Amino acid sequence: MAKTKDIKANSGEKVRSPWRIAWMRLKRHKLAMVSAYILIVMYLSVIFAGFLSPYHMHTTQRNNYLQPPSKIYWKDENGKLSRPYVYAMKMSDPMTQEYQEIRDKKFYVRLFTRSDDPRNTWDLLGIKSNIHLYGARADDGEEGLIFIMGSDDYGRDYFTRVLYGGRASLFVGWAGILITLTIGMLFGGISGYYGGWIDNIMMRVAEIIMSIPSFYLLLALAAVLPRDISSTMRYFMIVSILSFISWAGMARIIRGMVLSIRTREYVQAARAIGSSDMRIITKHILPNTLSFVIVSATLSIPGYILGESGLSFLGLGIQEPDASWGNMLSSAMNLQTLAKSPWNLLAGVFIFAAVLCYNLFGDGLRDAFDPRSKL
Amino acid sequence: MGAYILRRLLGLVPIILGISLLAFAVMNLAPGDFLTVLRMNPENSPETIEQMRASFGLDRPLYEQYFRWLFQLLRGNFGYSFTYRAPVSFLIKTRMFNTLLLSVTSMIVSWLFAIPIGVISAVKKYTFIDGLLTVFAFVGISAPAFFVALLLLYFIATTRFANLPIGGMTSIGFDWMTFPEKVVDLARHLVVPTIVLGFGGVAGLMRQMRGNLLEVLRQDYVTTARSKGLSEGKVIWKHAVRNAINPLITIFGFQLGGLLSGAALTETIISWPGMGQMMLEAVQRKDIYLAMGNMVMGAVLLILGNLIADVLLALSDPRIRYQ
Repeated sequence: MAKTKDIKANSGEKVRSPWRIAWMRLKRHKLAMVSAYILIVMYLSVIFAGFLSPYHMHTTQRNNYLQPPSKIYWKDENGKLSRPYVYAMKMSDPMTQEYQEIRDKKFYVRLFTRSDDPRNTWDLLGIKSNIHLYGARADDGEEGLIFIMGSDDYGRDYFTRVLYGGRASLFVGWAGILITLTIGMLFGGISGYYGGWIDNIMMRVAEIIMSIPSFYLLLALAAVLPRDISSTMRYFMIVSILSFISWAGMARIIRGMVLSIRTREYVQAARAIGSSDMRIITKHILPNTLSFVIVSATLSIPGYILGESGLSFLGLGIQEPDASWGNMLSSAMNLQTLAKSPWNLLAGVFIFAAVLCYNLFGDGLRDAFDPRSKL
Repeated sequence: MGAYILRRLLGLVPIILGISLLAFAVMNLAPGDFLTVLRMNPENSPETIEQMRASFGLDRPLYEQYFRWLFQLLRGNFGYSFTYRAPVSFLIKTRMFNTLLLSVTSMIVSWLFAIPIGVISAVKKYTFIDGLLTVFAFVGISAPAFFVALLLLYFIATTRFANLPIGGMTSIGFDWMTFPEKVVDLARHLVVPTIVLGFGGVAGLMRQMRGNLLEVLRQDYVTTARSKGLSEGKVIWKHAVRNAINPLITIFGFQLGGLLSGAALTETIISWPGMGQMMLEAVQRKDIYLAMGNMVMGAVLLILGNLIADVLLALSDPRIRYQ
């Protein structure tokens, strides 16, 4: 003992905990760090959706459905630089859903602008306001429409709905993984620690759930949800359903880890010097599963995001008029809408981006925790 | 080996029982049944409804309904579909063929692409090509199948690419076609769903193949083969790849389950008459026997897939012995 201390004192090197080493490795993993930053930006954006978007997700403009993205002009008719502005748009032919710009009035893009429409008031944890990051207004004070990603088939701003819808789609992962981890660790921990017939029965139960193709089970469970419950309640039920179909896999993985760690020498040593079961579990077994649990939790968040969007896409998840990235895509199922208004596919790009970032970040995390990897 | 398979099959009995119980419980959790919808139609008199209720056995207590269904199930009778007015086993049989056709085609396509790509990625480790293929893999793993399907439909709808059909499994005049025409027609309809389902499959498999091959290339026998003076192509394809493929066989079982689930959304988007699409209709209309039958058959397919994978693994790898 004394000798190792000497060596450390001589080399002047600080003792680094495994967590610190993992963090340092993660920081060197460029792709994972970039993904993490993108995810942080995404989460912050959806939290402050009310302020960042010009309207509210329920605000409809009946005459402006499926309007293409507003063109923002930087130069006036004479080619001179001008404050950025947009023109109002009007449907010229309802059959082909063609839009034309009305060039007689310019609506200037304004920052930190207040909307006149009370429908656009946002509410974040009790703070209410009608000030938005941007909006369009003519010099005579008339408020104009600015749809930077176009509008959907009810005339709602697509960008606003992307931000609000992201709340449902992004947080479903966190809520789901929290429930799954709790059940999975409890179930897998008990099963692995006690073994024998308890383990046998518990693992058969997990196997039953894993044997049914997960999307079939998901469909059956989602169809059970009553139509007339509040959207908060519905959201909670969807998260529960998603966790119900995924806890079994997590429980099996944790059981396997507990089984193998239980027989390791350091656990036996701890038992030999008289540590209690509780101490062994909390000080020796759980910390050793933790890095693995964190990695697999990160890598399974995309599953929840995809599950929610799949359900909402089919009309079984988040219901209109509330937005989710999944149900925003369902209007693209209509071939005419798809061909004429391809911006209705943008929600899919956001799902893809979030899932990709989680996968890249999870991959980096796994490398960072892996003692064999030479990062 | 025979004894092992028999033991595995026997072990399935409690699992299948559990699955049937779970399927039954889930479908009966919901308030109301199929008749609730019919009752709203004023054309159906209360007597007719009561008659139907009795003929479907919906007036019995739940446990009795379960056991009646279970005993019929054991005889291969899956019950009667309320909405299609046809036996569930008949409906599932045709739909299962369609879903398997789709899943197996995309599985074959994904294996055909994934193995060479994975080998290239491993052999050219840390080069530009490897980086490009890795990006491709992450994109493929992360792209939601239904989004890829929509993108592909958009692409075909706007460019009329090769005049590919956009939905369904066959063209309208399918029944009057000659056999070769039928094959071509079916193949053309298969292109879009195969690309959608195969895309994700290639990405996942390719990463596995790359990892396995890198592991094998570190083994002593590869060094031996190289030092014997064998060509690099021979070392890789004859010695390394064969050993690296083995662990992939286990994935085959998982892949089948994943494909069944993934196919459900794709089937709905391109209206492919498969099990997933029927499952969605069944749960929406509370056609409980159809939904329960679908879940049980889906589970049987998944379990058989895993069993076949285990047997194949034992056949291909002499180190694995099942007693």
